[in-house]
Amino acid sequence: MKSYMPSEYFVDRDEEKCIRCKVCVNQCTYETHSYDEEEDVIRSKDENCVNCQRCVTFCPTKAISIIKNDSPYRYNVNWTPEAIKDIKKQAETGGILLTGMGCDKPFLSYWERLLLNASQVTNPSIDPLREPMEIRTYLGSKPDKLEIELDNGDFVLKTKLSPQLTLETPIMFSAISYGAISLNVHESLARAATEYGTYFNSGEGGLDPRLYKYGNHAIVQVASGRFGVHSRYLQSGAAIEIKIGQGAKPGIGGHLPGEKVTENIARTRMIPVGTDALSPAPQHDIYSIEDLRQLIYALKEATDYTKPVSVKIAAVHNSAAIASGIVRAGADIVAIDGVRGSTGAAPKVIRDNVGIPIELAIASVDQRLREEGIRNKASIVAAGGIRSSGDVIKAIALGADAVYIATAALVAIGCTVCQKCYTGKCPWGIASTDPWVAKRINPDIASQRLTNLLRGWSLEIKDMMGGMGINAIESLRGNRLSLRGVGLTDTELRILGLKMAGD
Amino acid sequence: MLEEKTLSGISTELSTCVTREDSIWRVNAEAMHYSELNRVLRALNKSGAEKVEIHNVYGQRYIGTHLERNMQIDIFGTPGNDLAAFMDGQSLTVHGNAQDCTGNTMNDGKIVVHGHAGDVTGYASRGGKIFIRDDVGYRTGIHMKEYLQKKPYLVVGDTAQDFLGEYMAGGVLLVLGLSLKPGDCFSSRFVGTGMHGGVIYVRGKLPENNLGKEVKIVGVNKRDLSVIQGLVKEFCGYFDKSYEEVMEGEFSKIVPFSHRPYGRVYAY
Repeated sequence: MKSYMPSEYFVDRDEEKCIRCKVCVNQCTYETHSYDEEEDVIRSKDENCVNCQRCVTFCPTKAISIIKNDSPYRYNVNWTPEAIKDIKKQAETGGILLTGMGCDKPFLSYWERLLLNASQVTNPSIDPLREPMEIRTYLGSKPDKLEIELDNGDFVLKTKLSPQLTLETPIMFSAISYGAISLNVHESLARAATEYGTYFNSGEGGLDPRLYKYGNHAIVQVASGRFGVHSRYLQSGAAIEIKIGQGAKPGIGGHLPGEKVTENIARTRMIPVGTDALSPAPQHDIYSIEDLRQLIYALKEATDYTKPVSVKIAAVHNSAAIASGIVRAGADIVAIDGVRGSTGAAPKVIRDNVGIPIELAIASVDQRLREEGIRNKASIVAAGGIRSSGDVIKAIALGADAVYIATAALVAIGCTVCQKCYTGKCPWGIASTDPWVAKRINPDIASQRLTNLLRGWSLEIKDMMGGMGINAIESLRGNRLSLRGVGLTDTELRILGLKMAGD
Repeated sequence: MLEEKTLSGISTELSTCVTREDSIWRVNAEAMHYSELNRVLRALNKSGAEKVEIHNVYGQRYIGTHLERNMQIDIFGTPGNDLAAFMDGQSLTVHGNAQDCTGNTMNDGKIVVHGHAGDVTGYASRGGKIFIRDDVGYRTGIHMKEYLQKKPYLVVGDTAQDFLGEYMAGGVLLVLGLSLKPGDCFSSRFVGTGMHGGVIYVRGKLPENNLGKEVKIVGVNKRDLSVIQGLVKEFCGYFDKSYEEVMEGEFSKIVPFSHRPYGRVYAY
């Protein structure tokens, strides 16, 4: 069938600058560039280009620019090029439209409408360059009260504390499964988390045994496909996370295409090479809060009650009530992933239409747990579309204990958010398990880039805290007076628990 | 009552529930919480006990979870859900019925149930063998896996409910239907929905309409038969059944059409 799909981008090559070195030919995994030996010229198949910027970045003479095909069709507010192209693609394939990364639509972000406070005159701000600023964060269940005894002049803690994760910065790397990404990326995340004193999340594809040595900084995930889950895996992690849902695709499972299931992935996931790795929509042993409790305690039994258990859900309409159930089921951490959360592959219609913004979910879950007097029983980790330290600090002020970042971490190591992860051809070597491209990620360099990102954001968080006159992050947690809203309705302000700026 | 050093890590109160006769350790689980019972089992396991009997089991969960050394455990009564969850190499015999999620994500070992087992039996099991004498509930053998030589086996003596072998990615499921009378069919529906690996063998008639969309029913070949024979022999040995009588039945095999059942669902 002749395809009616227009090219999304044009490759503009400056023939005077081009030295025919063929770097672009070798770097592009979509076969956009090819070398014509007879005429000594490099040609481009524009329709293959995804604008990942790999060739642009690596062209030694800066001869390439990628130009967006802005007007394939007549201008129309309703029938946008995206709407028309989506229909054409489905008319040609009859399938579900796939996409990668988080929702790219403009209407769901609240971060820009929240503003932080700062001290002026009446309370002094703190200079983080000369005063200690505490951003260490502990995740896990906290006791209702502490019993302390005086024993021969020493204070002795009598209360038995639940296991805790210790984060040197309230930022963790979110779940990205082995298979969706390569071993090199997993290793980079693991090493950066270890070096900075935070945690990476294995995602639902298990953990390659070569990464068990970073287990003290790993959160190991258990999802519906139960890939790579066995007792050594559970014991290797610092915490265990039960994945119920993901912000990019609430309510559905995941299919890792067989092309990505190479030898190592197959061994770790325990499925034959080339088989689709299917994660069913629900976990078939969890159909209720009571069942969830059963799995939480199965995992606690499997690890002698030494590790916190997290339950990750997508932010949906009843998140607050669901989170309450999760806490009562015995979870130590509730992770909530908002509608802008990212993915390696999700149906586009679900990514862009299902779920609620993380900002609203954090506020309503924190509020609900406080009202029920169980907020101390679990920590809240917010995820889904966190792009800067500003988003991090606003999430904490709304009520989160810490955040998960995934897209930001991948961007740090090369990702340009071209949204084609599902093809498995990522030219940056990130969302691919093809050994030829996967080696483009060098864990020495990538982990350094990740550590730099964490350091930069942590310094910024301290700066903003100092400006507010706050020297410990726990004074900011759920401190909604430190935030004001702009351009929000009364209902939005009520749900966020915020006052209008100027009020 | 035991000398304290044998069972370090458990309270004196708990150790009063444990007695020893020659090489067999007996645990009286009456009124014990599952966390206490499992703590006792772990202490026994650590101390090198090889044979343990648990009496008066009333629904305690997770029996067999997180034991490091091999151990033979005989369970008298009704163990609770998630029996042998994540189990790795131990051998459990249940003298009674088992409840839901028996062998959940089990890695290795053996479970023999002299009775029925509930829903989600063998969910995501990765290795080891499970033998159930009578019936199993819904969603049995969901997402069993295999990699090269490592595969799980699940044998059911009687019948299974709907969604048998759903999303199965590997392993061997054998359902014998021993109580089916001549002319009876299996009533389980949606068998093998989403199945993309492994094999289900059934003894007796399973109407094609009861299959999921992703699987087909075919005859057994010599290799299949030798797998079936081995499993039936072992089954009959545990439950005192006649091997010849069981093997008289007609076997068929359910396999997936494709390793990638949903490959065509998406527009790339």
